[in-house]
Amino acid sequence: MKAVDNLLGKVRPVFEKGGKLEKYWPVYDALETFAFVPDHTTSKGAHIRDSIDMKRTMFLVILAMIPALLFGVYNLGYQHFMAMGQEATLIEMALFGFGKLIPLIIVSYGVGLGVEFIFCIKKGHAIYEGFLVSGMLIPLIMPVDVPLWMVGVATAFSVVFVKEVFGGTGMNILNVALTARAFIFFAYPTEMAGNKVWISTTGGGSTVDGYTGETLLGQAVERGANFYDAAGTAYASVADSFMASFIGLIPGSIGETSALAILLGAALLIFTGIGSWRIIFWGIVGGAVMGGIFNLIGPAYFPDNLYLQVPWWHQLVMGGFLFGVVFMATDPVSAAQTTRGKVYYGFLIGLLGILIRVVNPAYPEGIMMAILFMNVMAPTVDHFVVQANINKRLKRFKTLKTA
Amino acid sequence: MSTETLEEKLPEVAEVPKEPLFSSKNKRLLTDPLDDDNPITVQVLGICSALAITVQVQQAVVMALSVVFVMFFGNIIISVLRDIIPSRIRIIVQLVVVASLVILVNEILKAFLPDISERLSVFVGLIITNCIIMGRFEAFAMGNKVFPSALDGIGNAMGYAWILVAVAIAREVFGSGAISFPGIGQIKFIPDGFFEFGYANNNLMILPPMALIVVGIIIWVQRSRNTKLIEEN
Repeated sequence: MKAVDNLLGKVRPVFEKGGKLEKYWPVYDALETFAFVPDHTTSKGAHIRDSIDMKRTMFLVILAMIPALLFGVYNLGYQHFMAMGQEATLIEMALFGFGKLIPLIIVSYGVGLGVEFIFCIKKGHAIYEGFLVSGMLIPLIMPVDVPLWMVGVATAFSVVFVKEVFGGTGMNILNVALTARAFIFFAYPTEMAGNKVWISTTGGGSTVDGYTGETLLGQAVERGANFYDAAGTAYASVADSFMASFIGLIPGSIGETSALAILLGAALLIFTGIGSWRIIFWGIVGGAVMGGIFNLIGPAYFPDNLYLQVPWWHQLVMGGFLFGVVFMATDPVSAAQTTRGKVYYGFLIGLLGILIRVVNPAYPEGIMMAILFMNVMAPTVDHFVVQANINKRLKRFKTLKTA
Repeated sequence: MSTETLEEKLPEVAEVPKEPLFSSKNKRLLTDPLDDDNPITVQVLGICSALAITVQVQQAVVMALSVVFVMFFGNIIISVLRDIIPSRIRIIVQLVVVASLVILVNEILKAFLPDISERLSVFVGLIITNCIIMGRFEAFAMGNKVFPSALDGIGNAMGYAWILVAVAIAREVFGSGAISFPGIGQIKFIPDGFFEFGYANNNLMILPPMALIVVGIIIWVQRSRNTKLIEEN
């Protein structure tokens, strides 16, 4: 740490006003505050400050993602070797997973921070840490073998058009990471949908008999809740496939498969107060309600559509539902701001997520659409919440006057 | 509204008895709509067709030419009739003029360019509702002499046209990798070598949302070059 401090201190004059690289002060500032506690002191106004700042917030969110990330790394290897019918040790699986994930992380951070640095230098303001979380979320919601250049293009697109043009960190109208995913989903659908992309089958050997590579979401369209695993073996019962998806041993985007790991992250987010428990809780309730409605009307009115008959508690652990609700919907900037608004916002995300997923098989990952849609709707939700409060108080005021 | 600024200039144009054919004022009628007063990027009119028919360059060119035709003759006709149109029913009269011109264009396209006409489908008919045309009739041709009106018509239609074609070029090159010309066939703009390295055409470019973003990029570039367009807030 001392060495880093010395080094930063030595190059500092170059970046300060009048120095050679004065233009690049934001870069230096970002590196310095990243490594050390800023030495700014409060000069006026309130002197008592919460110790939490944006860096610490972002860092805690990343910490909350670690379980999902580590499990995703393991699951990448697990699915790969299972699909190829090979035996492998835990170390081999983890190495395989890291080999796939690390390039994605490098590209996502490299491109995203690059764009952010360029905009900050141009505008001459400090670099904020907003991208730290987005940069980690993007690799976690990608299929394993997505081409790296597509991740780069999508990241640049979403950072520029969702965040920077609206004013940078804290001004994004949509969730940056989800926009990057939606960009690839629409721009390069063959890399983001279908059966081929969720399990890496490259690297020698051929897949086992019965391998299809479908995620549970894909299977549910044709077979309802009769799921099978990556090797093509059917699960013995719905409870079995539920357990597999709860633990996360199913194909899917890298970080989204394990409900258990995501719930660990959710616990940290809720405990530290960084993620809104209302959004998470009501999101899950919304999904359960929609799943329950489908369970009720499915067998009676739409016996042909087996997807409706997937039990509601199973719907919650399939696909990216939980990951979206816990890590994406709680993005404090694009979510609803009012307390009551967060309840409606979360509930509708869950409801719409399951609705889109089941009713439109072309968009298996309904939660992505649901969150982006509700991001757009969040200001409207807030408006009505505020208006309702005003009306309520006006009414109270009137009754007071007449009394 | 930018149309109001033009209206303020009108009396001067009318009062000056003898004016050279291409005075600076008349020149500005032609050049202003190309940049400073562009109907799409500054006035934000005619967006619907800019989103709908910019998937292919040839469609965009045909659409642009149709609008140039309708705008030019429409402005002249309205300007000729401007003193005898009762102001209470002027919108109806303008509508009749633009509708007859559009029907003319549509029939010509059907007869000579049946393929493209089919692909443009209703959008040729929808030129009638293109806000730029009615806007110019109402804001300019109703109060100006024939020659300035004709120039204004061409200027605004060209301002519309170049944006349309620019958006279409961006969308077709990145969406399909090649631009198809009638008679010549496709000309590739993305080299085959790229595809061997894993490059893929961007499907989003073919979908309407991306047209909006391409228009947005054009507006962005235009405003960073031409800072007087930036509103104060």
